Amino acid sequence: MNATPLLSVRNLTHTWDGVHGCHDVNFDLYPGEVLCVVGESGSGKSTLLQALSMQVKAQRGSVSYDMRESGLTDLAGLSSARMRLLARTDWGFVRQHARDGLRMQVSAGANIAERLMAVGNRHYGDLREIAGAWLEKMEIDLARLDDVPTTFSGGMQQRLQIARNLVTHPRLVFMDEPTASLDVSVQARLLDLMRRLVTDLGLAAILVTHDLAVARLLAHRTLVMQGGRVVEQGLTDQILDDPQHPYTQLLVSSILQG
Amino acid sequence: MMQTNNQKLIEVRGLGKMFTLHNQGGIRLPVLRAIDFDASRGECLVLSGRSGTGKSTLLRCLYGNYLATEGTIRLRDTSEASEPWVELTNAPEQRVLKLRRDVIGYVSQFLRAIPRVSALDVVADPLQQRGASHEEARARAATLLERLNLPRRLWDLPPATFSGGEQQRVNIARGLIGGHPILLLDEPTASLDADNRAVVIELIREALAEGRSLIGIFHDEAVRDAVATRMLPLQPATALA
Repeated sequence: MNATPLLSVRNLTHTWDGVHGCHDVNFDLYPGEVLCVVGESGSGKSTLLQALSMQVKAQRGSVSYDMRESGLTDLAGLSSARMRLLARTDWGFVRQHARDGLRMQVSAGANIAERLMAVGNRHYGDLREIAGAWLEKMEIDLARLDDVPTTFSGGMQQRLQIARNLVTHPRLVFMDEPTASLDVSVQARLLDLMRRLVTDLGLAAILVTHDLAVARLLAHRTLVMQGGRVVEQGLTDQILDDPQHPYTQLLVSSILQG
Repeated sequence: MMQTNNQKLIEVRGLGKMFTLHNQGGIRLPVLRAIDFDASRGECLVLSGRSGTGKSTLLRCLYGNYLATEGTIRLRDTSEASEPWVELTNAPEQRVLKLRRDVIGYVSQFLRAIPRVSALDVVADPLQQRGASHEEARARAATLLERLNLPRRLWDLPPATFSGGEQQRVNIARGLIGGHPILLLDEPTASLDADNRAVVIELIREALAEGRSLIGIFHDEAVRDAVATRMLPLQPATALA
């Protein structure tokens, strides 16, 4: 058990129009922990993800991160250059639609190598070797290294996007509905890969999803949002098996029994 | 491992569990009321009582899967020398996760299979979480599956397609492998044949001899008589006005 949280969120509020968005969110995320944010469309979960990852500047509250050099630091005080460096080395962002997170016109290998080049790794042979290793780790045929992502299936694109993010060994990955646009059969493979990666690499992740089965499979803890507020949070199995809040009870009772 | 005989590992006081169904007119269902008991090393406490008296609910409360409505559940975390007692009922989630890794194991009635993960890895996982190497954990998993007579050809397959009895044996092996001092068992022999029931009885007796404390539900009388050191009868919690 770690005493210092990796990410500490206090009273975080961001609304687009004074109403819609997220209100007064509080939680700590510890290294290696996977936290799921669930809730219906419009519940504010994507806004929360944007505010947590500093893609929008929150109107109130704070997000602190355990920086490698300065410890738990309020991110609002970071220069934009340091924020950019943090975001592309120690963080990852996996988007719902792979085309939003990949460069579709450059090769798979270049997609993976981009972050490494951004932090000064220029050796072509090394980059190619690392990119190849990641392709294989993501169960993509090495022969596809020079192909552009437009020639990949949706599931392969999503796996490529994950590789592109993990190549710098981030400690925290933000994921927005990473499986939502995939066929069920393809989802299972991606989920299994994600499950293994978070365990093997000790990654912490914040995962937005409306799929409670995804939360059950991947997340240690779950946070339930409704109307922009966190209405319940706890261990994932407790939230799903003994939900306390009326909205969580409705959500859980709406799952189809397979 | 150094351990005191009869050392108390669990202390439950005034435990109550009430379900409130908000989407069904706020109906309140009392399931457990005023439960008190202790359990120590080497004890196998068997929960008894008719269906609906809350036996499974009690196990789930002890695991932190259900939230207790009132009362306290205290567990001894023997890895913490200075302050071993942890109050599960108000421990932070982080602490509960650590208790589940090191202190308290739970064998549910049904295995929750994970797509694409082999039976051997499903079993090995809790030991790996406790820091054992992949090879070491898999070797121990193989030993357990062997004893439970799970055919070797199934070991590398995901258990989703296994029979009920095969899944149950995978689940038992997964529950036992971590060496948790406290183990909760929800009808672990329900779908097993006589031979495999006998193996489970043996494994339970070995766990008790190692100084672990077991709390279980066993509908099978023969199994119950073979393992129980004490019965804990549960009464239906009467409906509140």
